[in-house]
Amino acid sequence: MSDFPFLSVLTVAPLVGALVVAVLPRRRPELAKQVALGWSLLVLALSVVMWVTWQTGGDRFQFRESYPWIPNWGVNFTFAADGIALVMLMLIALLVPLVILASWHDAESSRRSVPVYFALLLVLECTMIGVFAAADVFLFYVFFEVMLVPMYFLIGSYGGHQRQYAAVKFFLYSLVGGLFMLAAVIGLWVVGGKTFDWVALSEVDISTGAERWLFLGFFIAFAIKAPFFPFHTWLPDAGGAAPAGAAALLVGVLDKVGTFGLLRYCLPLFPDAAKWFAPWALALGVIGIIYAALLAIGQNDLKRLVSYTSIAHFGFIGVGIFAFTSQAATGAVLYMVNHGLATGLLFLVVGMLVARRGSALISDFGGAGKLVPLLAGVLFFAGLASLALPGTAPFISEFLVLIGTFSVNKPVAVIATLGIILAAAYVLWMVQRTTQGTLNPALTEVEGMKRDLNLREKVVVAPLVALIVLLGFYPKPVTDVINPAVEATMQDIGKTDPAPSAGTPQEASR
Amino acid sequence: MSELKLPPIDYAALAPTLILLGAALVGVLVEAFVPRRRRHVVQLAVALLAVLGALTMVVLNANDRLITIGGAIAIDGPALFLQGAILVLAAMALLLIGERTVERGGAFVAQAAVTAESVDDRRQAEGAPGATEVYPLTSFAVGGMLIFVAANDLLTMFIALEVLSLPLYLLCALARRRRLLSQEAAMKYFLLGAYASAFFLFGVALVYGFTAGVPGRSAGVDFATIHAAVAESPSSPVLLFGGMALIAIGLLFKAGAAPFHVWTPDVYQGAPTPITGFMAACTKVAAFGALLRVFHVAFEGARWDFTPVLGTVAVLTMLVGAVLAVTQTDIKRLLAYSSIANAGYLLVGVLAPTSDGVSGTMFYLVAYGFSVLAAFAVVTLVRDADGEATHLSRWAGLGQRSPFYAGLFTFILLAFAGIPLTSGFTSKFAVFSAAFDGGQGWLVIAGVLTSMVLAFPYLRVVVLMWLSEPGESTPAVVMPGWLTSAALTIGVVATLVLGVFPQPLLDLAAGAAEFVR
Repeated sequence: MSDFPFLSVLTVAPLVGALVVAVLPRRRPELAKQVALGWSLLVLALSVVMWVTWQTGGDRFQFRESYPWIPNWGVNFTFAADGIALVMLMLIALLVPLVILASWHDAESSRRSVPVYFALLLVLECTMIGVFAAADVFLFYVFFEVMLVPMYFLIGSYGGHQRQYAAVKFFLYSLVGGLFMLAAVIGLWVVGGKTFDWVALSEVDISTGAERWLFLGFFIAFAIKAPFFPFHTWLPDAGGAAPAGAAALLVGVLDKVGTFGLLRYCLPLFPDAAKWFAPWALALGVIGIIYAALLAIGQNDLKRLVSYTSIAHFGFIGVGIFAFTSQAATGAVLYMVNHGLATGLLFLVVGMLVARRGSALISDFGGAGKLVPLLAGVLFFAGLASLALPGTAPFISEFLVLIGTFSVNKPVAVIATLGIILAAAYVLWMVQRTTQGTLNPALTEVEGMKRDLNLREKVVVAPLVALIVLLGFYPKPVTDVINPAVEATMQDIGKTDPAPSAGTPQEASR
Repeated sequence: MSELKLPPIDYAALAPTLILLGAALVGVLVEAFVPRRRRHVVQLAVALLAVLGALTMVVLNANDRLITIGGAIAIDGPALFLQGAILVLAAMALLLIGERTVERGGAFVAQAAVTAESVDDRRQAEGAPGATEVYPLTSFAVGGMLIFVAANDLLTMFIALEVLSLPLYLLCALARRRRLLSQEAAMKYFLLGAYASAFFLFGVALVYGFTAGVPGRSAGVDFATIHAAVAESPSSPVLLFGGMALIAIGLLFKAGAAPFHVWTPDVYQGAPTPITGFMAACTKVAAFGALLRVFHVAFEGARWDFTPVLGTVAVLTMLVGAVLAVTQTDIKRLLAYSSIANAGYLLVGVLAPTSDGVSGTMFYLVAYGFSVLAAFAVVTLVRDADGEATHLSRWAGLGQRSPFYAGLFTFILLAFAGIPLTSGFTSKFAVFSAAFDGGQGWLVIAGVLTSMVLAFPYLRVVVLMWLSEPGESTPAVVMPGWLTSAALTIGVVATLVLGVFPQPLLDLAAGAAEFVR
């Protein structure tokens, strides 16, 4: 195995890039964009090398590095990636260059500094990579909190209508969750013998009462981050106000920290509490699926609509995680990746539409497909991927979640399936009202609507479209990486699959 | 008649205090003999050199663990650490006090009767560099603080309390602008402070009475006697509880804890901003140093009795500070309420019954002192023709007018909010983890919940500075002189370094967490 410190380099590299971009002169925005793009491509290249170096079937955690940080508290810079983290890291590395390319002109409409916008994107990339790569609870918490700062400024300084309100709401919600987690982190540190090392903590026995409280502290933070119903109200505001690129990262990656945290921290560290709370978590997931889908149907703002669809999808992921079967959990992780691709694409395409029209309201569109056929086609494709049409990647993950859940909990699976129908409703109506039907005469007068996708935008959407189709037919490269990590997680909580699908029965507890 | 014997005195151990008090006396002479136009430079030099000299002595004494001058002063780990902290922060505050380029004539008035922008005031601004009495007064106050954190009996502690308080009352009244506000602040501080001192003194008397009730021991107010009395007393602890409560009131008043906090916002707002910073940083260190010593040394045996009461005070303090900070519209009052809330977090550390609690509290004091001084340094810079523009509405859009200073202030606010990679986070972690470890989980929960509330006012300022458009009345930031720049740089760098690499200071605090008795 390579000894190259992939994870720490991947974490630090975007930060260095951000500093470089930030000091570039404000009057040369083109240069800043090019440097930012180049830098993020460099990060992508490095993570591709990491992906290739990853040993499928090797250790659960690979690329482990550890350096002392605050010995008094037992804090280390420990990085390690399991399969789940690896695919998320790849998703980040892929999305950031695309987002930078897609946001090429976004920052110019505001009166703020253009280089700073791209520097903030790179800082965000640094914190996102760090949060998935950390294997030290303290380090994870640090990235979890610091991540808010660049996103806050991205929304607040460069966002659209109501950006201040949205930015503050986003920050406060996340901070509240983070502080609950801080209390739990401190509690975990005390009961865990004053260490923050994930491996050591996962072997600690915690009394039932303490375990439940600690689980709850982490769970609230992750449920706000994900977000699950009823902690979701910040997302439509933030997603609606954020610039399209930042929104794609917010929903595509940032929110996955919540579901990732559940899988990496809540389940393995507090297995008994996770089982005890599972019915409640499942209920939140199911409510989220139905409720958010209904709200999405009623939206007249494209970006808010996409945000609500994401909340419904997070409901699916939550159900997949708390069903405690390896199929459902694999589906959930795969869903995290596919949702990043599909909703990322959807947000970017919607952003292109909104930038052309100068409005995000569905009622301002109508028949747009006649003016910008290619763009409308991509929107349609992204919508279909979002409703999990067979042949697109999200279908596989949604299907896995549902059959994995059905084998242990039929009512939940049945209700969740209704979400698919509702998804078809909100996507198809949205597509119909924006791009189909009679042409809205107002559209023809808008200058922007006369330009279809240009080369830059084609380059942005092409890789995402290709990946969605590819993973829709051949998800094996991803599932091969995810499966061992998911099985290890299921072992951590001592759950085995129901008889027919399980291989050898595993021990009930470690 | 037995011959009066002088107790042995370790002058080296007392040197920091002696240097400061000596420098204060020299400062008085400078007022008398040095020509007016040179006074400012000379006074600043004397005060700064004294602080640095005292700091050097503290460093040289670093390994002392002794009780001297007849049991009046204990030079031990916490005393030395806190003295060092007070001196470093006082040096920073002196830099702010000495600034004369931000406002012609400085922030201080020469005579109480001179109104701002009057002929006399102009003359002061043109020719004579303002009131230079601030330097000896500050030196006296710092000297008092150095004794306060090292006092080994309650009477010495009381005298130190007065020595540090009286100059502070005066300093509060010296603002050159908004004189009425300043004088009102000083009056309020003086009256309430006098009450608090009286409470303290009465408490000392009750505790003396309590120790007298222990058979086979002589009565006294030194901490060793009190400690032994608490452990051995056969009689009812009513006197002890009464005395402890009254002493706590006196100390909590200085610390700015609720419900003894009502002076804080008015005084912080009215006092000249450099003095506000000095009080928020140094007075806080001194007050909590004394609290630590009293409750960890003298009354340690009564921990089970005072913890619930002080815990309630801590929760109330955090709650009052956080909730009332939300409604503030003046940046100095906002920082005042924030300092009240921080007093609550510090009390959480004081109540942790371990040496981690002591070291965590000391770490917090240093980290908070640096940040709060930097915050007030920025406040001195945002000004218009009428002096500092402290109303929050005036700060709208500052991020576009002066991105650099707004950026620094944002960083400090994020530190106050406890975002990781700032000292605000590491220090909160230090006290909360110590308290959790010491079985005070409920205080940690309260601390976390109030932190959520407190994040809102900080965020509101950030929003104002960055996300609002600058209005007609948004003042620009005045270019600071090198003194303010230096203080600001030290504060911000310390906030960052203590957030990213807290280990050296944590080591230092952990090594200095044992009291001698």
